[in-house]
Amino acid sequence: MVVSLNLPIDHVSSWWGGVQMGPPDPILGVTEAFKRDTNPKKMNLGVGAYRDDHGKPFVLSCVRKAEELITAKHMDKEYLPIGGLGDFSKCCAQLALGADSEVLKSSRNITVQTISGTGSLRIGANFLARFHGGPRDVYLPKPSWGNHTPIFRDAGMQLKAYRYYDPSTCGFDFKGALDDISKIPEQSVIMLHACAHNPTGVDPKPEQWKEISDLVKKRNLLVFFDMAYQGFASGDIDRDAWAVRYFIEQGHNILLSQSFAKNMGLYGERVGGFTVVCNDTEEAKRVESQLKILIRPIYSNPPMNGARIAATILNTPDLRSLWLEEVHFMANRIIKMREQLVAGLKKEGSSHNWQHVIDQIGMFCFTGLKPEQVERLTKEFSVYMTKDGRISMAGVTSANVGYLAHGIHAVTK
Amino acid sequence: MSVFGDVPLAPPVAVFKLSADFREDGHPQKVNLGVGAYRTDDCQPWVLPVVKKVERLIVEDAGLNHEYLPILGLPEFRSASSKVALGDGSAAIKDGRVGGVQALGGTGALRIGAEFLRRWYNGVNNTATPVYVSAPTWENHNSVFADAGFKDIRPYHYWDAAKRGLDLAGLLDDLEKAPEHSVFVLHACAHNPTGTDPTREEWKQISEIMKRRSLFVFFDSAYQGFASGDLDKDAWAIRYFVSEGFELFIAQSFSKNFGLYNERVGYLTVVARDSENLSRTLSQMEKIVRTTWSNPPSQGARIVSKTLNCPELFAEWKSNVKTMADRVLLMRDQLKAKLQALGTPGTWDHITQQIGMFSFTGLNPKQVEYMIAEKHVYLMASGRINMCGLTTSNIDYIAQSIHDAVTKVPQCRS
Repeated sequence: MVVSLNLPIDHVSSWWGGVQMGPPDPILGVTEAFKRDTNPKKMNLGVGAYRDDHGKPFVLSCVRKAEELITAKHMDKEYLPIGGLGDFSKCCAQLALGADSEVLKSSRNITVQTISGTGSLRIGANFLARFHGGPRDVYLPKPSWGNHTPIFRDAGMQLKAYRYYDPSTCGFDFKGALDDISKIPEQSVIMLHACAHNPTGVDPKPEQWKEISDLVKKRNLLVFFDMAYQGFASGDIDRDAWAVRYFIEQGHNILLSQSFAKNMGLYGERVGGFTVVCNDTEEAKRVESQLKILIRPIYSNPPMNGARIAATILNTPDLRSLWLEEVHFMANRIIKMREQLVAGLKKEGSSHNWQHVIDQIGMFCFTGLKPEQVERLTKEFSVYMTKDGRISMAGVTSANVGYLAHGIHAVTK
Repeated sequence: MSVFGDVPLAPPVAVFKLSADFREDGHPQKVNLGVGAYRTDDCQPWVLPVVKKVERLIVEDAGLNHEYLPILGLPEFRSASSKVALGDGSAAIKDGRVGGVQALGGTGALRIGAEFLRRWYNGVNNTATPVYVSAPTWENHNSVFADAGFKDIRPYHYWDAAKRGLDLAGLLDDLEKAPEHSVFVLHACAHNPTGTDPTREEWKQISEIMKRRSLFVFFDSAYQGFASGDLDKDAWAIRYFVSEGFELFIAQSFSKNFGLYNERVGYLTVVARDSENLSRTLSQMEKIVRTTWSNPPSQGARIVSKTLNCPELFAEWKSNVKTMADRVLLMRDQLKAKLQALGTPGTWDHITQQIGMFSFTGLNPKQVEYMIAEKHVYLMASGRINMCGLTTSNIDYIAQSIHDAVTKVPQCRS
């Protein structure tokens, strides 16, 4: 505890003398280390931000067009409601659930605009901490996005895991997942990645999702879907939302976080949504009222710019079609880079099986590299990635894929 | 059976409910003196001319993209925000002991500061540290600190209803009696909701006690420039405390002075003993930000940053701010004059003595109900009015309505 010494303020030590230096963020810290590197061949395969084939950030044309439309309207800057832009929340829910969703027709969901995916998860976590009558435990797939754990922890929940990734196959440990899920205490919260699992890129197949749904129903678990990559996984927004929609049809009243950071390239505008599927409109109203009470002391109401862009795109037919094309284009470029990386590794003479690089889906690839190998790849080749062996395929280009193959081969041969 | 079957319906946030009721009212003379946003004399929202200009520059700049900002925010925005609060010549800034966190509005800045204090101030995770907020205060202050984990949030004497001014003796007494290391949330200027600020002499007295008793200074600065029309004048208290050697936090909002309400532009300025303490503090704030919103929104910060960092735009902004402040000052003068001309019982000097967007009229809840129900003039139950809701077209009606409320509805005896 701080002891008061009654000395003039100059001689008193700081209030913050006991504050420890926080470690750099494992994911965002990678970019900061990358920036400091002077090697011209350096590659940033850390954070999941899409890059074009020249390694440059990509502003979607539909976004630019939407911005022009918005500027021409000369709108005011009045506060949004706590739950955000109504136009946005509606089309955000529609995108995830499908326009013909029974949930939307019955108005038994509440969808609020959030500060991208992180903000959405945090609101959900806070809501669970305050209102969920079941166990405090949230079950994450092993592994999961690094930020899931601290988000739920800071909100007051506890973290547990279910088996997910099989390092021996670099694929889905279906049996292990079912086995672990079957033992989860009733009413616990289970987090599922809707598509393009982060960090592994390994998704269950539809038949596997069906079994998971049945088991989760049997265990009476509360499902929380994280969908940060709708459109980005297969290139098709409906296909990527299949699991979410299936679970709802099967009667799960899910929680859902959505992000538009990647699929609309709106990273820094912080566009996201949080949905709770309720029994009926009355329950949805009660839940909504409590979400507002949670949101107001964090940031009062969300930022307009990104939500306005997203709503304009989704609600303007030409822009929506253009967007779908651009998402498809981005997803395809990633798929091509996966193929080229595997081809490159073969060319380098690697004897390992790299099929998982092609089988995995979405922005990330779980290479299977061990921490020591990752360290070498970074130190010797200036290839920056997270310690778990995850690379963002978005950072790979036709110009540098050969160099990457060379580096990976060098540290794994 | 639903997992959420037991979730109770929460009451609506009062100020937003007021606006909702106002919207539904069909009366032709209805006036909204509720929520705190600037209005022109035509009762319209006002996008500052400098903001329009800078937004066009941003949209037309093909070199800009929508990439993530750093966790702590846009660097040019951060340095400019600290400068605007502490002044160009700030010795503390020169000493490298000033930093901060870009946040979602003033609310976001308060929340990050509160979360940090709960984790790292006065011990580790000491949720028992008392947090003092003024009586009355912006209603969200309580929730921000409570949701950040503080268990003991207390009022400090502030508004003296009888004399319609600052209860200095009560305030100073609370400072003397507060447990050492308590956190005090101080309004830098244009106190919300009373519009009543300490004088410079009174601030000096407050500072002396806070220093002697090791109380933590947490400024809420939502109206810099908006109060007097002069950025430096409105920052006098903040700068005085910094010059007195305090380590402190300042939650700044650019919602009102830039009219950027919905872009959520705010900043938590941190003044520490030295750069080493500062950097450890910021590293921990980064972790808090990362689990709250990861990194802040870019649009609003770009607008503010471009404006503050360019001399011509900065000058234009100051003049836009003065336009807003001057209109409010004019409405204050005219409202007081009209009430005096009507012979409305009571004294109305407080209308012009108070400063900023809000005025604590002194109307009691029954009189407020009358104003809403009979006159369709919407104001908060506390008697708080937003001066920006007054225009040359409606001021006579409003003055008359206040007069009727005061003469027809009895004063409550507390």
